[in-house]
Amino acid sequence: MYEKLRLRFAKEGRAIYISHLDLMRTMQRTFQRAGLALKYSEGFNPHPILSILLPLSVGVHSGCELMDFQLTGEADLAAMPEKLTAAMPEGIRALEVYPEGRKVKELKWLRVSGSLEYDASDPQTMRDGLQAFFARESIVIRKKTKRGEGESDIAPAIRSIGFQAEERRVALSAVISAQDPTLNPDLLVSALGQLAPQLAPDFAEFTRLEVYDEAMRVFR
Amino acid sequence: MDRRLKRILPRVQKPARYTGGEYREIIKDKRAVELRMAFCFPDVYEIGMSNVGMRILYSTINAMEGVWCERVFAPWDDMEREMRANGIPLYALESGDPLTQFDAIGFSLGYEMAYTTVLDMLDLGGIPLHASERTELLPLVFAGGSSCCNPEPMAEFMDLMVLGEGEELDNEVLSLLRTAKHEGWDKPRFLRVAAEIPGVYVPSLYTVEYCADGTVAAVTPRCGAPETVTKRLVTDFENSPFPTDQIVPSTEIVHDRVNLELFRGCVRGCRFCQAGQIYRPVRSRSSEKLVAQGIESLRSSGYQEITLSSLSSSDYRGLGELCDGLLDYCVPRSIGLALPSLRADNFSMDIMQRVQKVRKSGLTFAPEAGTQRLRDAINKNVREEDLLESCRVAFAGGWNNVKLYFMLGLPTETDEDVLGIAQIANDVLHCWRENAVNKNRGVRITVSTSCFIPKPHTPFQWEAQVSREEYLRRVRLLRESIHARNVVYNWHDAETSEIECILSRGDRRIGAVIEQVWRAGGRLEAWSDFFRYDRWTQALERCGLDAAFYTTRRRDERERMPWDHIFMGVTKRFLLRERERAYEGVLSPDCRHGCENCGARPLNGGACDV
Repeated sequence: MYEKLRLRFAKEGRAIYISHLDLMRTMQRTFQRAGLALKYSEGFNPHPILSILLPLSVGVHSGCELMDFQLTGEADLAAMPEKLTAAMPEGIRALEVYPEGRKVKELKWLRVSGSLEYDASDPQTMRDGLQAFFARESIVIRKKTKRGEGESDIAPAIRSIGFQAEERRVALSAVISAQDPTLNPDLLVSALGQLAPQLAPDFAEFTRLEVYDEAMRVFR
Repeated sequence: MDRRLKRILPRVQKPARYTGGEYREIIKDKRAVELRMAFCFPDVYEIGMSNVGMRILYSTINAMEGVWCERVFAPWDDMEREMRANGIPLYALESGDPLTQFDAIGFSLGYEMAYTTVLDMLDLGGIPLHASERTELLPLVFAGGSSCCNPEPMAEFMDLMVLGEGEELDNEVLSLLRTAKHEGWDKPRFLRVAAEIPGVYVPSLYTVEYCADGTVAAVTPRCGAPETVTKRLVTDFENSPFPTDQIVPSTEIVHDRVNLELFRGCVRGCRFCQAGQIYRPVRSRSSEKLVAQGIESLRSSGYQEITLSSLSSSDYRGLGELCDGLLDYCVPRSIGLALPSLRADNFSMDIMQRVQKVRKSGLTFAPEAGTQRLRDAINKNVREEDLLESCRVAFAGGWNNVKLYFMLGLPTETDEDVLGIAQIANDVLHCWRENAVNKNRGVRITVSTSCFIPKPHTPFQWEAQVSREEYLRRVRLLRESIHARNVVYNWHDAETSEIECILSRGDRRIGAVIEQVWRAGGRLEAWSDFFRYDRWTQALERCGLDAAFYTTRRRDERERMPWDHIFMGVTKRFLLRERERAYEGVLSPDCRHGCENCGARPLNGGACDV
């Protein structure tokens, strides 16, 4: 029996609006529906042992979510993704299940793509402006924290970033820090709103593509 | 997904309630189906998806070949503002298509405070509000649900209303609509034929006349519509459909668990209770069937909790076997079994202790009135000794949280009855002191009062509601007589109860008031966040109607009630006899200890509670 298992899954389409907390509930029910008994914690108020490595913001697409869990019995890992997907709401797909995932703290970088929509501005002009803006040495933005407002420089959390003009939008491709510090891709847009409002898009959405360790090796 | 919608969703609270895509949502090919129905619930997703009736009908309507039934809920106010600002019409969750693309738009009316939301949803969907403005056959706008037992306040907005249980009736109406659509009938023809289906009420086929004093003089049917419309019910409840493969919402809803319906109707006959009268006669499912349905529902939904829901669960004959059967499945899987609406008696407490093996929740009792005299008058067959004995068992078993529900303003209530409520709270507290296993943990006793609302089709339908001032005086009286620190007293506001009273016993003229309130911005008024009393008083004034006529006026027994052409199963003779007994303070036996011939049995082929 495997002590710890890791599920890699995609969250797309209508499922991107399911919040982290709701996703935890949904996952718990999905396992139940698939006939897979999750291991419960001991104690007065037992709960299933489930943990999502990098909680995803509402509205963000992802093809690389990771979740750790434990089962009470044996299970066929190869058959599990199909079984789980069949029991999930539309838009969530189980990709693989494997034992012995790497330690969470070794996860460092995240590759994301973004779509910045502009209703009235020329995408080419915007692209050039964005490229120049994100080439700055430091990008200090105001952030709401638990203790009120704080300032933080997001530039060190961006490993690489590139832009491409398309019809009515600019496509973004970046590698950003997943943890220590965590850079929510929405902050890239907030930075524009605060420091270069003429470049702020009318709408932006992001997709997580892949996770890496410190040395940019794919993290599993 | 609509591009505009995609931009809005990240900005609104809980966007998952506006997207559909949940596990087990029913998707059909819209080009291949012959009839599309939008099942509208006039409240937000979390409330609507918790409604067992809606779950059942979604399943039975979709079981029809060639018919696709989708769900529509009211948006919360942030979403509604965004939708209106961006020109997004109200849409169904499954397809994302606006209401205008549907053939049938059906509303579930379960509580009166949702009426303004119905108008808001029609408007947000681009559908004209009044039946008279919708001259084409499609879309057909109709309504069902318990509030339709007085259909008059919403009559002018509905093409037809379905009375009673919808499992069979809805499908009959939709089949006829399909035929009418294929054969190109006009709307008047469809409505005339639909009115022949038992249980269908077509408001436009009835003319209402009023006396000089404002009471109803006559309700006259036209074009062969029946004098009296009798509610429909499912006669073979044992085998009537219960979907065990329901949608599992991806976001938290109010009743986020499996709901198992043990029986319909109630054997008790509390004189204030509308549900206890209009769902008669009692029909139950066998415990073997319920155990199987419960387990199958848990298995297929993945829920970690199941609740047994009926009007008075402890009156279910096979409750012991049912609980044991479910517990055998639930306990090893850490699944919680909840048993609401228990009565305060020994048998219930025994069951309670058995089911709370997994998780321990609070205890709730509803003695409704403060003295035995008044409890007898309302036929609430609970004695204080029973209540205290239940509390004793509970406190000894480790519970330390008790909620007690009462009504103020019940017919014949005196100050002595009001003070009796404080006495009960004190007695419960005393009981805790004597029986608690661990006094260090303290106790919390919550007393809640609401203002009594006389409802149609009950023995109290003729009664006056107490004025707001009088209700508040009784609230003060009670508040001043509760001293203990461990007893918390909550009271519902009187304004909502007054408006609910007007809506539940209103006549057809109230429709204009509802419309005025909606035009002034009223919607989602079952939520205190959005209820505004002054909108209602202004609308009543503008319509030349007097609130007191509907609330504090005691009706004469000979007065024609606005809903007298609707038969929900209990006869007026029975209601009047019950009313008389209330004044004498005489109990009526529950249905199992003596049939009082309420009138409902014939609707079920003479059978009741078998």
